[in-house]
Amino acid sequence: MSGVRHLYLHLPFCAHRCGYCDFVTLVGRADRHTAYVDALLAELRLEASLLADELETVYLGGGTPTFTEPEALARLLGALPAPPAAEVTVEANPETVTPALASRLRRQGATRVSLGAQSFQPELLAVLERRATPVAVRSAFYHLRDAGFDNISLDLLYGIPGQSASDLELDLAEAIALGPEHLSCYELEAKPGTRFTHVHGEELVRQADAMEGYFEFVVATLRGAGYRWYETANFCRPGRQARHNIAYWQGRDYLGIGIGAVSTVNGLRWRNRPSLGGYVRALAEERRPPREEEPLEPHVQSRERLMLGLRLDEPVPLAEVEGAVDGAALARMERLGLARRTGGGLALTTRGRFLGGGVTAELLTPGSE
Amino acid sequence: MALERIRNFSIVAHIDHGKSTLADRILEVTKTLSERQMREQVLDSMDLERERGITIKAQAVRVEWRGHQLNLIDTPGHVDFTYEVSRALQACEGALLVVDAAQGIEAQTLANAYLALENDLEIVPVVNKIDLPQSDPSATAADVAKLVGEDSDRVLRISAKTGAGIEAVLDAVVERIPSPEGDPAAPPRALVFDSSYDQYRGVVAFVRMVDGRFTPRQRLRAMAAGTRFEAEELGFFSPDRSPTETLEAGEVGYVVTGLKDVSRLRVGDTLTAEERPASHPLPGYKDVKPTVFAGLYPTESDDYPDLRDALEKLKLNDASLFYEPETSRALGFGFRCGFLGLLHMEIVRERLEREFDLDLLVTAPNVAYRVLTKGGEELEVHNPADMPTEIELVEEPYIRATTIVPKDYVGSVMELNNDRRGRFHHMEYLSEERVLLAYDLPLADIVYDYYDQLKSRTRGYASFDYDVIGFEAGELVRLDVLLAGDPVDALSLIVHRTAAYGRGRALVDRLRVEIPRQMFDVPVQAAVGSRIIARETIKARRKDVLAKCYGGDITRKRKLLERQKKGKKRMKQVGAVEVPQEAFLAVLNLDGEKK
Repeated sequence: MSGVRHLYLHLPFCAHRCGYCDFVTLVGRADRHTAYVDALLAELRLEASLLADELETVYLGGGTPTFTEPEALARLLGALPAPPAAEVTVEANPETVTPALASRLRRQGATRVSLGAQSFQPELLAVLERRATPVAVRSAFYHLRDAGFDNISLDLLYGIPGQSASDLELDLAEAIALGPEHLSCYELEAKPGTRFTHVHGEELVRQADAMEGYFEFVVATLRGAGYRWYETANFCRPGRQARHNIAYWQGRDYLGIGIGAVSTVNGLRWRNRPSLGGYVRALAEERRPPREEEPLEPHVQSRERLMLGLRLDEPVPLAEVEGAVDGAALARMERLGLARRTGGGLALTTRGRFLGGGVTAELLTPGSE
Repeated sequence: MALERIRNFSIVAHIDHGKSTLADRILEVTKTLSERQMREQVLDSMDLERERGITIKAQAVRVEWRGHQLNLIDTPGHVDFTYEVSRALQACEGALLVVDAAQGIEAQTLANAYLALENDLEIVPVVNKIDLPQSDPSATAADVAKLVGEDSDRVLRISAKTGAGIEAVLDAVVERIPSPEGDPAAPPRALVFDSSYDQYRGVVAFVRMVDGRFTPRQRLRAMAAGTRFEAEELGFFSPDRSPTETLEAGEVGYVVTGLKDVSRLRVGDTLTAEERPASHPLPGYKDVKPTVFAGLYPTESDDYPDLRDALEKLKLNDASLFYEPETSRALGFGFRCGFLGLLHMEIVRERLEREFDLDLLVTAPNVAYRVLTKGGEELEVHNPADMPTEIELVEEPYIRATTIVPKDYVGSVMELNNDRRGRFHHMEYLSEERVLLAYDLPLADIVYDYYDQLKSRTRGYASFDYDVIGFEAGELVRLDVLLAGDPVDALSLIVHRTAAYGRGRALVDRLRVEIPRQMFDVPVQAAVGSRIIARETIKARRKDVLAKCYGGDITRKRKLLERQKKGKKRMKQVGAVEVPQEAFLAVLNLDGEKK
């Protein structure tokens, strides 16, 4: 067995929880940062035997990893078994990125930063309860460039309550002007139960028709600016795909460390419980943290392979999704110009990708769940 | 038992006027059942009946009262079962006409009273629920007396709920209702007024012996159907089956036939003995025909065999249920079913769903049409999709609808009936407040949304009843719906030519809302023949993606897609278009039809 080559580390701390967020995050708790990083390192030691000698990618996600107490973060980065060629991504919120932090990250081995810009319009950032101003977003970007990062990704949100078509156009123009290597563009999801949905849900329903074309507009604009639409929500300059995320979409094994983190290794998926106390306590005793396990039957794996693979612009090898594709549905989707077979592979057409969820649901063989 | 000691009677009433409660009290007062054994509404043995407060199958129970044998024959209380009611009444010499003191005379009170009078029954009028504070027993008694031509102090006043006046009712049955006539020595003749199916013993016939007697193991014959069988057991209900050694002229009881098919022994048929057969049957047998039809399809096409089995089983107990296999391009394999009326349809559907745990899709109901084609062929069409295009003449069934409403609502009812192609027949003041309206209407216009409209326009104060009076020619056309250019057979309708445009427009508007957006534009059209009379487009979806999907999201997103997949399974694939089940019912309630 060759070992897992992709490692995710979860750093849950945030200065503030944004209204639309449903991730595992913890506000403040500066006193626990050190203990938590100790626990992360302990878990990493416990699972070290699963890892390959050389990691290909490491991803520090959050939360706001860059909000983590600097010394603790430094210790974590310093301890990562990542060779120089590995992609080491750190998520950052613009307001946390100072010139000092940027150069520290670079020094400590980060090769890529994913910057949560979300928007460049002050009113929309306020709606999202983001703390950064548009100026802060731009400054953060330049600080990172100055520190030597040549692989920066920007996160943008569209479909924000009150966002007009011209707001979106401006956001995209601002983002393109910065020249990031990579962009992730997500439609804002008003997730049930979040404070945000409570406040803005009705407005979003009202806007749904007007915002229907935003996705197409995002894709057309970024493609026009020379970005490749390589995944449903992701765009890149040639060769600048997020290698870590590609691993997920290609169905490779990954190890997730930290509260709420998910791992998938050798047909077993597990998710650490989200409680900080339980996590730190267990690892203080060098025990595995409490977690939920989900065995993945081979047929489930191939269904996931299909569902994830169709998010990409490159075909999924049909051999890897055997049993998951409904032949009659495939013929129908081909007739409708939504899917296409190329050699031994299956991919969605451009129009098919806009309807990717529905098309994938069509293509899946009737499930067992 | 000597004829003069027997009384056969039934209770007739409008729905909810207290028929079943009175029957319960009679069982109690005559000690047929101890109080402990009493269950609410013992006679209604099916759960569904108890819940809906209606009696579906007639039952008969024997009680003893002051040296007399009283046979209480319960009758179904609804218009759909008029023929069954009439046979049950034919088995009696008298009837208790029960009227709610607070509600007064209602449409079914009248219908049942007339049926009883037509059958020459002695009517004992009873005003029930005199304990209710809002009741007006004297006024109701006066109305009922007028209706049946009795003196108003001969109208009994009771409360079946509290038990007040029940003994007087039983005394009146003995005193006022004549004993049966019949010839105990003649060749036996028994009227089948109902039957049920027993899983172990086959068809059990409920009979009224008119002449002669039956004994166990006797060879019997149904004179109309020609069915022969041996009487495996004779008996009466008290209210459970109590076997006896003989059923004699005048008595009411049951015969266990061992027959495996209820359709071989129809209500209204006459049983006689093989060795000494009667020369002619009792009068009044007729073959009841379904008036309302609908397609029944399993929601999951895999359930088709289960639906077939369920219909077979249901048919064992319900000879009036008609069904034949049908294939719809839109819905797949199912059955075209015929019912005695809308309530009958509702009951069958509920029983299929409840007792057989089936998920059904029921198409909009329609009536039977008689068609003369240009080629001179005569057809009966039960499914709009089967309506030929080259038509010389189409006839549709008409009903006489009797509606009783408080006088303030007369205008609303007239307006509704006029909208539904009704012809005014007559109007009558039953009292200062209550008006009877009689209209002739095409049955087709009743099966679609009429009850709901009547209810809402009269705030639920109207009572309604109808009789099929015959067929009439009409200017009828088939209205087709096309989705993405393909006709959807399950959505075809027969409508009057003048209504085609409005219905077509309403249907198209409704479908545009009911059918979710697809991955491509879907034109929705309504057409008469090759002429498109209404058109809408369901615009294609432009976006349907799961925004983020990273390592921690995969399980959840997979489940989301599986759910989406399952949701699709509940849709019917019509050509390339996915149509939700509800859309097939769109034809049933077209809001905006009047606009």
